[in-house]
Amino acid sequence: MSTTGRIVTVYGNMVTAEFEGAVRQNAVAYCQRSDGVRLMSEIIRIRGKLADMQVFELTRGLKVGDSVEITDELLSLELGPGLIGMVYDGLQNPLPEMAEKIGKFLKPGNYLKALDRNRDWEFTPVASEGDVVTAAENLGKVKENIFDHFIMSPFTLDGEWKVKKMAKAGKYKIENEIAVLEKDGKTVSVNMIQRWPVRLPLGVYRERLLPTQPMVTKQRIIDTFFPVMLGGTYCIPGPFGAGKTVLQQITSRHAEIDLVIVAACGERAGEVVETLREFPHLKDPRTGKTLIERTIIICNTSSMPVAARESSVYTAITLGEYYRQVGLNVLMLADSTSRWAQALREMSGRLEEIPGEEAFPAYLESSIARFYERGGIVELKDGRKASLTIGGTVSPAGGNFEEPVTQGTLKVVGTFLGLSYARSYARRFPAIDPLESWSKYSGIIDGKKVSWAHNFLRRGKTIYEMMQVVGEEGTSIDDFVTYLKSEFLDNVYLQQNSFDEVDAACPTERQQYLFEMVLDVLKHEFTFKDKPQARDMFFSLTEQFRDWNYSPWQSDKMKENEKKIRSTLNSREAAHA
Amino acid sequence: MRKYYSKIDNIAGNVATLKADNVGYEELAVVEGSWGKSLAQVIRISGDNVALQIFAGTRGVSTGDKVSFLGSSMRFSFSDDLFGRVFSGGGEPRDGRTELTDNLIEVGGPAVNPAIRLMPHRMIPTNIPMIDVFNTLVEGQKLPIFSIPGEPYNELLSRIALQAEADVIVFGGMGLKYDEYLYFRRQLEEGGAMSRTIMFIHTAADPVVECLQTPDIALTVAEQFAIQGKRVLVLLTDMTNFANALKEISITMEQIPSNRGYPGDLYSQLASRYEKAVVFEEGGSITLMAVTTMPGDDVTHPVPDNTGYITEGQFYLKNGVIDPFGSLSRLKQQVNGKTRDDHRAIMDGCIQLYSKCRETREKRAMGFEMSDWDNKLLKYGESFENEIMDFSANVGLYDALAKCWEILARHFEPRETGIRSSLCDQFWPKRD
Ligand SMILES: Nc1ncnc2c1ncn2[C@@H]1O[C@H](COP(=O)(O)OP(=O)(O)O)[C@@H](O)[C@H]1O
Ligand SMILES: [Mg+2]
Repeated sequence: MSTTGRIVTVYGNMVTAEFEGAVRQNAVAYCQRSDGVRLMSEIIRIRGKLADMQVFELTRGLKVGDSVEITDELLSLELGPGLIGMVYDGLQNPLPEMAEKIGKFLKPGNYLKALDRNRDWEFTPVASEGDVVTAAENLGKVKENIFDHFIMSPFTLDGEWKVKKMAKAGKYKIENEIAVLEKDGKTVSVNMIQRWPVRLPLGVYRERLLPTQPMVTKQRIIDTFFPVMLGGTYCIPGPFGAGKTVLQQITSRHAEIDLVIVAACGERAGEVVETLREFPHLKDPRTGKTLIERTIIICNTSSMPVAARESSVYTAITLGEYYRQVGLNVLMLADSTSRWAQALREMSGRLEEIPGEEAFPAYLESSIARFYERGGIVELKDGRKASLTIGGTVSPAGGNFEEPVTQGTLKVVGTFLGLSYARSYARRFPAIDPLESWSKYSGIIDGKKVSWAHNFLRRGKTIYEMMQVVGEEGTSIDDFVTYLKSEFLDNVYLQQNSFDEVDAACPTERQQYLFEMVLDVLKHEFTFKDKPQARDMFFSLTEQFRDWNYSPWQSDKMKENEKKIRSTLNSREAAHA
Repeated sequence: MRKYYSKIDNIAGNVATLKADNVGYEELAVVEGSWGKSLAQVIRISGDNVALQIFAGTRGVSTGDKVSFLGSSMRFSFSDDLFGRVFSGGGEPRDGRTELTDNLIEVGGPAVNPAIRLMPHRMIPTNIPMIDVFNTLVEGQKLPIFSIPGEPYNELLSRIALQAEADVIVFGGMGLKYDEYLYFRRQLEEGGAMSRTIMFIHTAADPVVECLQTPDIALTVAEQFAIQGKRVLVLLTDMTNFANALKEISITMEQIPSNRGYPGDLYSQLASRYEKAVVFEEGGSITLMAVTTMPGDDVTHPVPDNTGYITEGQFYLKNGVIDPFGSLSRLKQQVNGKTRDDHRAIMDGCIQLYSKCRETREKRAMGFEMSDWDNKLLKYGESFENEIMDFSANVGLYDALAKCWEILARHFEPRETGIRSSLCDQFWPKRD
């Protein structure tokens, strides 16, 4: 049931309308500008006959008295085959098509269908006539890139329905009927499109499981020291320039996962352009296909309307949940969740709600928690496992983690990858602080060995700090060597050069192999005659390990470098000087 | 046709409210009184109450002054006649020449569709090694100079402007001292660039609200030239004044401040201006360089902090040099892989060593014994500062790289530099 209203207030991107009849919270409305342009909005508060709406466009030109068309539908997405490889704005408008239709600029009031109506899909039925199905059960499938995209019974189906009619194998468009379901004399026609409201979690499955399998990012410091799990959650807080975006970009390239959803939320357009322009040309080594064939980009950058930025993270997460429902392992990356929180704050301010810390609304923390709760690994109704992993960057004001968004996020995530100024200034990339960060999960290397190695970092830091007070001369040679070992571990293992073709991605096997070699050095009992000799030895080892890191796996060069390392370790200086 | 209103209800700060109907959000109005007249913009409509932000400020405005609405938001005349002209921050001629009225275009329109942007890919040479080698400037980049008052940021800005070889220079001055305006003007004239320059000058003596218009008009003009395929360089100084003007308005409008009095939307406000930097497929581009003075040399102050999150890096001006640690060009990797094989390695290697030199200096200051290694680092640091960091260094990229190798070889053995051995083999200067 739609109804109409009239604008009574315009202030920034908030508009208040007076309406007759019934109005639903979070329903979509359209403000009609006097030149006929319709601006999409969402109802976010209802007081008596007044509805407050956030407008997803510039409100310039709206007048008091302009009419508002209030629909009954919540802000929803179109779900179905054909989403992969698309570039959408926060409201699921395909941006390249927008450019073709309306030109260079995002003129308000233009909305396009998210999915291509004309594409043919090779459909194979899975269910048969007479079968009984409940919500989200497989009726058939189409091939989307390399994936089996299962076409499911409606997610909102209640109880058991009989498959009355099932389409035969063949070419279909997404709006074609592929099945008819029946219950108590009622029938529903099913095609390949489903709609789902973005603010409600989408999950129809047997049970939710504990995340136990690592999601390999091919970044050594993450996979070895601070692992992330399939279906787990993690956050990357850090001051500007510390490397949050680059870390997400390299993860989106190298992570061992079926599908990546990149949500560029309120940050630079240029960064998403990089992904947009490069992914169609970059190969995914796992499949041999291009990266864009496993990626969906949601793009609501900082100069695009703020309200749409707020909803864009929900758009991204809903797409992630949908493909989990299809059966894939999905990684959703949001950069930056702080911009989303700021959008909440702007709207809350316009609504004149009582502000909390740093003027963020009081419900900030619960909103963050609900967002990350939408991730997880599940067992679907057909017994397959599928997951949605969520990684969000946080951009704390002044780089200080003691602020509401970082703190609210740390309470709910499984892994904390804290980036530090100090490490990025010293070009120690990825600038994840190994002493601040933590993970609640265990990764690809035996936990005992990892904590043994990690301990070197802690001791190295203590010794380094002590050296600042007592000087190198007041430090024992044993302590000095421990410090050099910790620096060595940092230099050749924690740091990784994302611009080197080989070093950029370090697969599991290589990590395990390198870790053992590094352990050999850490365990090695050196006896140096003096500190310059010790320093010299570690210069050599570091250089040789770096060269090893840059050599292709199992190449002659790698073997040659390894030989050099062994001979350095076996040299007289290393054993007993 | 035009309807006049002659009763203003409230006047506070730069905002006046009155009752009026059929008024659009962000529509322009003219307020006229015995004090003169001024443009104003609608910033809130509630029922028949309309809040107007008066560009000239409300000083002398009377409740009986005349108000009329113009039926559209802010526009500005765009044509090649703009070259060489100087306007006020609010777009009025400031050079005593005629007002331009042709081809009016909307100021502050919608954002560019990200899908049509190109990745910035052309280096802008500046002949400043701290930029060219370590933090390369790229066409289409948005980059501020972070500086405490008193540093030579205006000199740096004008040096880059003249070196950059842009087709069009658009200059937006906000809260400028008159002397600064004259300085820029003279620099551009002497450099022979005035005929491709358009200036929008808001001085410290001008009304605050005009300061808010300055970047919008400047960037709108820049955008039009870029659409025509021109390579435009926009200079904005000082964005901290712009942010302070925002703060003033938001307090008048009784918005709840988020951080040190600045409004919660400071990030979005700054971003919508900086994000005008762009490279179009057809070849036009906007490169945006700004000055952000940091109150109290505090990078965590809301203005530099929010700016840093928006821009593609920053040049951090400190003690008369571009500081290698606080400075960053996020787009450097778009170009520095294509210059020469050793560019990236020199960039990382020299800075890592310089950072170690700084640590050693701290140790020395605390009176610790210096090892041989420490002494090497100290000597290296001195050479690096005098020959590379100093502003007087005025050499092209390749000469600067050669200089860096030479300095490294003067003080270190190849393996001490952390630079991969294949590059050292190739570029390490041979001793004779
Ligand atoms: N892993 C990395 N390897 C090399 N350089 C990096 C890496 N991460 C970050 N950087 C450098 O730091 C800059 C800022 O990184 P970015 O991810 O954009 O920071 P943030 O998103 O935290 O503001 C990059 O442009 C790049 O120069
Ligand atoms: Mg970033």
